[in-house]
Amino acid sequence: MSDTPFKPLDRNGIAARIARDIPEGWFVNLGIGIPTGVSDFVPEDREVIFHAENGVIGIGPAPSPENVNPHLVNAGVTPITLRTGGAFVHHADSFAIARGGHLDLCVLGAFEVAENGDIANWARSPNEPVKQVGGAMDLAVGAQRLWVAMEHNTKGNGESRIRRVCSYPLTAKGVVRRVYTDLAVLEVTPEGFVVLDMIPGLTFETLQARTEAPLRRMPG
Amino acid sequence: MIHKFVSTTEEAMAGIPDGATILLAGFGAGTPEHLLKGLIAQGAKDLTLVVNAGGRDDGPIAELLATERIRKIVCSFVRPASVAARLFTAGKLELEIVPQGTLAERIRAGGAGIQAFYTPTAADTLLAEGRETRVINGRNCLLEYPILGDVALIDAWQADRWGNLTHKDSARNFNPIMAMAAKLTIVQTAHVVELGDLPPANIHTPGVFVQRVLHVPAQ
Repeated sequence: MSDTPFKPLDRNGIAARIARDIPEGWFVNLGIGIPTGVSDFVPEDREVIFHAENGVIGIGPAPSPENVNPHLVNAGVTPITLRTGGAFVHHADSFAIARGGHLDLCVLGAFEVAENGDIANWARSPNEPVKQVGGAMDLAVGAQRLWVAMEHNTKGNGESRIRRVCSYPLTAKGVVRRVYTDLAVLEVTPEGFVVLDMIPGLTFETLQARTEAPLRRMPG
Repeated sequence: MIHKFVSTTEEAMAGIPDGATILLAGFGAGTPEHLLKGLIAQGAKDLTLVVNAGGRDDGPIAELLATERIRKIVCSFVRPASVAARLFTAGKLELEIVPQGTLAERIRAGGAGIQAFYTPTAADTLLAEGRETRVINGRNCLLEYPILGDVALIDAWQADRWGNLTHKDSARNFNPIMAMAAKLTIVQTAHVVELGDLPPANIHTPGVFVQRVLHVPAQ
């Protein structure tokens, strides 16, 4: 079966696709990388509250250069604004939010996701001399829903990041609910990955050929 | 009369012994950079530094590390291109990597007198290897111990003579919890206010957690 031509989403395209699925009223943490862009695609009239690990509740749009406040940054240490209704908390309370199940959603980048919901996003090898954990492990175990935003295949040799079993060190076990890639949206279920959505022109067979883990079509 | 202001950096940093554990607040904002320079000048060595991140190639954390007076750093991440990463690779720095939320909670626990806690964070990861885990309410959890400092270096926006503090916007971050968790909490504040000027309900860090305050006007 041959595909009609298809164009993988770029990073903004993945962020925009995720934003479509975030309903009004959710309290959301966005990780560094592709997820950071998600808030740009949530329409202004939809009230979604964004959290940053460094104690910000209610991140607003990026400031213009002349309005940068050096005391107000996000978890990537980028200048931000606070929206009306926002609040500041200290770091332990900020992670009480993350770990304590108070986030409706966390969106993280990842190297790999496995069909049982395992996520690997902090180290490419157990022997990496210098580790960069940050807040990912706390967010991954604590949010009510964890979605992952990443490219479907590696840039180098096109290896599948959607795995039966993660090959990199885990961030957390069995926590991912959904994966948004440049090709598809996959739900993690007890039976493995179910394809919720694909980009136009892509067939299920081609998607499966680019995916190491077995995929299921959405029932019905 | 309670009066916690000191008038010089030397006075603020006096008595920090070799071998001390230093809690250093800050996360992009809220780092007490003047006090950090004061620590470099003060000269204590063989220090353990507890801080969110291991700094960059330049900046005050890099400068402090470059003195090689830090024996160990406890933090949530180290950038591969940084003074900390190079010292670690050269065997000149010990590194304890702690998930950021666990780091914050260990500090909070230290200040709160909690002797240990179990958290699901990192329980199923490499960071749990060789350590005590336990299934609680069906979830695998990792045993964590508190962090206490001999000294905390704190940034504030306003301070009064009792050491009551406010922190500006996201510069709050680790400041209130680190202030709680050290025997000697040293503050640099951008503004000095009269006792009674801070609305009691708006004090972020009460003076009971503060020993010394240095006025360092914002530049």
